[in-house]
Amino acid sequence: MRTWAIMLRILRQFRRDKRTVALMFIAPLLVLTLMNLVFNGKDYVPRIGITGNSTALAAMLEKQDAKVIVYDSSDQAEKALQGQEIDAVVSAGNHKAPAIRLEGSDPTANRSVMELMQSALSGQNPGADAAKPEITYLHGSGDMSTIDHLGPVLIGFFIFFFVFLIAGVAFLRERTTGTLERLLASPVRRSEIVLGYVGGFGLFTIAQALLITWYSIKVLGIVMAGSFGYVLLLTLLLSLTALTLGTLLSAYANNELQMIQFIPLIIVPQLFLSGLFNLDTLPDWLAACRVVMPMYYGAQGLSDVMIRGQGWSAIAQSVYVLLGFCLLFTVLNILALRKHRKI
Amino acid sequence: MTGVFTPVFFVLLLEENSAIYFSRPRAYNELIIEVSNHSFSKNKDVIFVQTSASPVLSASQVSRSFAGKTILSDINLEIMPAETFGLLGPSGSGKTTLVKMLAGIDAPSSGEVKLLGTRLPKLSMLKEIGYMAQADALYNELTARENMEFFAALYGLSGKRRTQRILETAQLVNLEEHLGKRVQQYSGGMKRRLSLAIALLHEPPILLLDEPTVGIDPLLRQSIWAELKALNERGTTVVLTTHVMDEVEKCDRLAMIRSGHIIAEGTPAGLLRTTGAATIEEAFIQFGGEAK
Repeated sequence: MRTWAIMLRILRQFRRDKRTVALMFIAPLLVLTLMNLVFNGKDYVPRIGITGNSTALAAMLEKQDAKVIVYDSSDQAEKALQGQEIDAVVSAGNHKAPAIRLEGSDPTANRSVMELMQSALSGQNPGADAAKPEITYLHGSGDMSTIDHLGPVLIGFFIFFFVFLIAGVAFLRERTTGTLERLLASPVRRSEIVLGYVGGFGLFTIAQALLITWYSIKVLGIVMAGSFGYVLLLTLLLSLTALTLGTLLSAYANNELQMIQFIPLIIVPQLFLSGLFNLDTLPDWLAACRVVMPMYYGAQGLSDVMIRGQGWSAIAQSVYVLLGFCLLFTVLNILALRKHRKI
Repeated sequence: MTGVFTPVFFVLLLEENSAIYFSRPRAYNELIIEVSNHSFSKNKDVIFVQTSASPVLSASQVSRSFAGKTILSDINLEIMPAETFGLLGPSGSGKTTLVKMLAGIDAPSSGEVKLLGTRLPKLSMLKEIGYMAQADALYNELTARENMEFFAALYGLSGKRRTQRILETAQLVNLEEHLGKRVQQYSGGMKRRLSLAIALLHEPPILLLDEPTVGIDPLLRQSIWAELKALNERGTTVVLTTHVMDEVEKCDRLAMIRSGHIIAEGTPAGLLRTTGAATIEEAFIQFGGEAK
């Protein structure tokens, strides 16, 4: 009898909280869909640039479903490689073994190119002992593991995830414990509250970013080819974006649990589309979603610095976009506080 | 003499050490008759005489509704300098909503609230008010002193003056020995007292207290009331909400609120006279009956 009463009460509580119900049903579907798309996506089609006299090889590769682009000079090919337009350059001589130069930052693409080359070469002169191709890397090396590739993305993810949640819950508590109202009874400006949060969390997240980056590079030994300063700049901007987004969305949560419900909605999709998996295998419409995702820019910038060792010109766009997100969310936060005090 | 004074109209010196201060009245319906005697020091004898009227805080035709539901309607109030004004009503009657509008946090849907002649809400007027919310708005992870330092800074207190005011107000509510403790370890009553001390930090001319004595033991409640009365005498206006009927008689004037309406307003004695009731509680029920 009592069990029944409790069951009924719980069902009634669920009926009052339609959002939790929706989350329980729809969020798993969303996550499953994403995973399905990512893991069952089309096979990766590598883009291979070819230089030198090798029409036979080009035809062979095309037969293996590779995208083949022929370059006149090796300089042109190298530029395309640097611009990530192609995954590898194959320069074939007439009699010697072809040289393969890989872009190298994504193990999936590396593997795909190598497999393709192997079957293409063995198809070219069947029976003959194929001369071993000479392999070089633009970034990284042959022994770069998947975690090296994922490292920068994961650093960005963890910083984003925890700052989002902690800042969101902190701001939520401020509201539910009445301290926000007490703050707003003082002559403090709304913008001062938001900027106070940005400043306070900013200092805290610098320390967090330092620790995570140091640990990843020194302890876990993740590849670090670029400047530590740029890594810090990117992680700081990413965490400030997470902070302002977290405090903004906390306005739409009534308790800590509802804040956690944002994880599958806001965080997980960003993780999937931020470069953890090769985006070329995703449907175009899904890959296009990443332009509104702060974590995508953070992960791109971090990969550029940490794996590719690139400098300001490569990450400038990511930095500006993240700055833009920060500013946008900050302004929205200040406006959202109008709900509690008009002035 | 120290403290904030009610605007003094004029001073009549009687002897070397005594004077009559003519100030604005607490309530203009009480005429000039309220003459009281206060000794501020051994040598000085000060007499307050109250004259003409001008409210420090007023609400005229104030209504407030949330999402189409009317919480308060047609509220008219005039709160006079240096009086203790009580808002009496059951929970859910709209007291807290009214206090928030008087504090300038919330804006009325219609009508206007004026503080010292300035229409609220206005950012610069917020410093004139000492606000104590119904919920103890304290940071539990911080110590009492850290909480006080934080709120003092919000009101622009700094340096020596901040340290001094923190000590003074903590002494006032008997918490100076517990300043280093985390608020987490505080009892309900201690939290209430700390909230009061925070409201007093910047020496506001007007205090708005939402249920200040909830959860406080009788002895301490008495000492808080003694302190509120002392603040009154130094010119501070006190507005508070309560649903404890016996507290109401300590107010100079009070308004009874039910279902978002003011059903009666006046001095406690006056309200008892009008209804012929023996207690404020009976009077409240009688007024409530008429409102139906």
